[in-house]
Amino acid sequence: MTSATRSATQSLAAATRVSYAGKYSTGRIAAEVLKYAIVITLAVSYAFPLYWMISSALKDDPQVYRIPPVLVPNPAHWENFINAWKSDNFTLYTFNSIFRYALPYTLFTLFSSSIVAYGFSRIRWPGRDKLFYLCIGTMLIPYTVTMVPLFIIFKQLHWTGTYLPMVVPALFGNAFFIFMLRQFFMTLPEELAEAARIDGAGELGIFFRIILPLSRPALAVVALFAFMGTWNDYLGPLIYINKYTMYPLALGIQKLRAMMSQVGNAPLAYPYLMAVSTIAAAPIIIIFFFAQRTFIEGIALTGLKG
Amino acid sequence: MAVAVANRRRLSKGETRNLITGLLFVSPWLLGFLIWTLYPLVSSLYYSFTRYDLVRPAIWIGLDNFREIFTDDPRFWTVVYNTLYYVGLSVPLGVVTAFLMASLLNTKLVLRSTFRAIFYVPSIVPAVCSAMVWLFIYNNQYGVINNFLRAMGRPIIPFLSSVEWAKPSLIIISLWAQGTAVVIFLAALQDVPRSLYEAATVDGANAFHRFWHITIPMCSPIILYNLVMSLIGAFQTFLMPYLLTNGGPMASTEFYAMNLYRQAFEFFRMGKACALAWIMAVLVAILTAILFRTSGRWVFYGGGER
Repeated sequence: MTSATRSATQSLAAATRVSYAGKYSTGRIAAEVLKYAIVITLAVSYAFPLYWMISSALKDDPQVYRIPPVLVPNPAHWENFINAWKSDNFTLYTFNSIFRYALPYTLFTLFSSSIVAYGFSRIRWPGRDKLFYLCIGTMLIPYTVTMVPLFIIFKQLHWTGTYLPMVVPALFGNAFFIFMLRQFFMTLPEELAEAARIDGAGELGIFFRIILPLSRPALAVVALFAFMGTWNDYLGPLIYINKYTMYPLALGIQKLRAMMSQVGNAPLAYPYLMAVSTIAAAPIIIIFFFAQRTFIEGIALTGLKG
Repeated sequence: MAVAVANRRRLSKGETRNLITGLLFVSPWLLGFLIWTLYPLVSSLYYSFTRYDLVRPAIWIGLDNFREIFTDDPRFWTVVYNTLYYVGLSVPLGVVTAFLMASLLNTKLVLRSTFRAIFYVPSIVPAVCSAMVWLFIYNNQYGVINNFLRAMGRPIIPFLSSVEWAKPSLIIISLWAQGTAVVIFLAALQDVPRSLYEAATVDGANAFHRFWHITIPMCSPIILYNLVMSLIGAFQTFLMPYLLTNGGPMASTEFYAMNLYRQAFEFFRMGKACALAWIMAVLVAILTAILFRTSGRWVFYGGGER
């Protein structure tokens, strides 16, 4: 069987009957053309919104007004990025996003989730698997159910207005990351830990000196997802952060939008909004292109054994 | 089972030590579960029977919140209708399109990883950035689609400002940002053994038969997983309607999570918000249970030959 036929067997577009004998039969060519037509149409429509975000960031007023729309801005106004950035305290918001939220959260959850994952995978103890199922089961609880009671707790602790309600729970591990790390720890050979155990190493020593160094790829996935989740988070800060000086970038963007629509300067508001949005999305997109495999494998893993 | 055995006979010294070490390792999660999940769940149930505005102490009012929600709050039924409309369309559409997109990516395709990246990236950019772009794209005056329609002399589409269009417009965004499901499906498709397709081809099955009788059954556990996850997710849709329409026009995009957020953080009716949360939790649990119940009929577990 040729590889061409084999791939055709999986081709959805080849729902048109594939002729078994002819590699270049009309049916097969038609199916291929149809397949590429669908994929390219989909790709263009999926890519368009982000393309529109970046290209509109470079436009000036008349280019936003023009009918039919300007697809490629000419001239491109690169200064929009600087002016938009200066139109509010975006440097401070970015600082808050990174140092008050994303970084502490990521470090805390890396540490706690990997310790817990070790307990769920590398030590055998009665009741372990039951507790582990409970742990993954919590992922099914809708966050809206705990949103309000958690707010009441943090209100009573006087933690509202700070990032503590978002960052402190990261010290207790995250079910999703625990699951990912556990799956990874289970694949590590037992011999290394066994040898260390004979040499008198305790579990903590094995965890820090053997398991963690071997788990860098998995830890990278967790760090990536944790950073992305916090950088992108809107709801957490929306509920808990109430001072502009504490705003993360996500809330800052919405604040810019509110400001612009108040001033009534709608057309120029859009290039500025698009410029700031582009800057906020850029780190995520850049990280994705550098770590594409890590991302894809991490995501794929969550679906498989779930 | 391990617990049962452990209870029946006394644990050996080594087993006891393992139990203690294991529990110590998972103790961060266990503590976190008690503090950030179990206690909020229980207290939320308590608050749902009270009137509580965060300032004055909670007052026990029995079933009054539930009575009000079901019999004396016309907005509730609008919100339920909106949510069921949104869930009923976006979940099946999303799962079907994500599966078809993954199937396309699973064929022999030039630039496959580029297409995969194009489909995936919209799901990882910060939601607030996507919201700003779609706000701009859907805008009546400056939006790209409407400006093309104007250029062609056609009437504009009031994407976000008409009752008929607002919900479909939001569903389109949810279909755009479903790259995660596509990647999970793609991983599942790549795990289907080639030999099954080869055997079927020898038996004379065409591409459609192979897709229907091999691909779908072999991927059905993952289809169920994505169905459940997107069901839970769709019930909690908050950010896009909050940022794009703020529930309007005429409450046509006020979905469940938004109504709950409003009750809690705009009207400070914590008790009613908790009651709403529990009603939703029960509803989601019932729907998930139905999915799992009926899944016996269409989900195929176990690999190998059938």
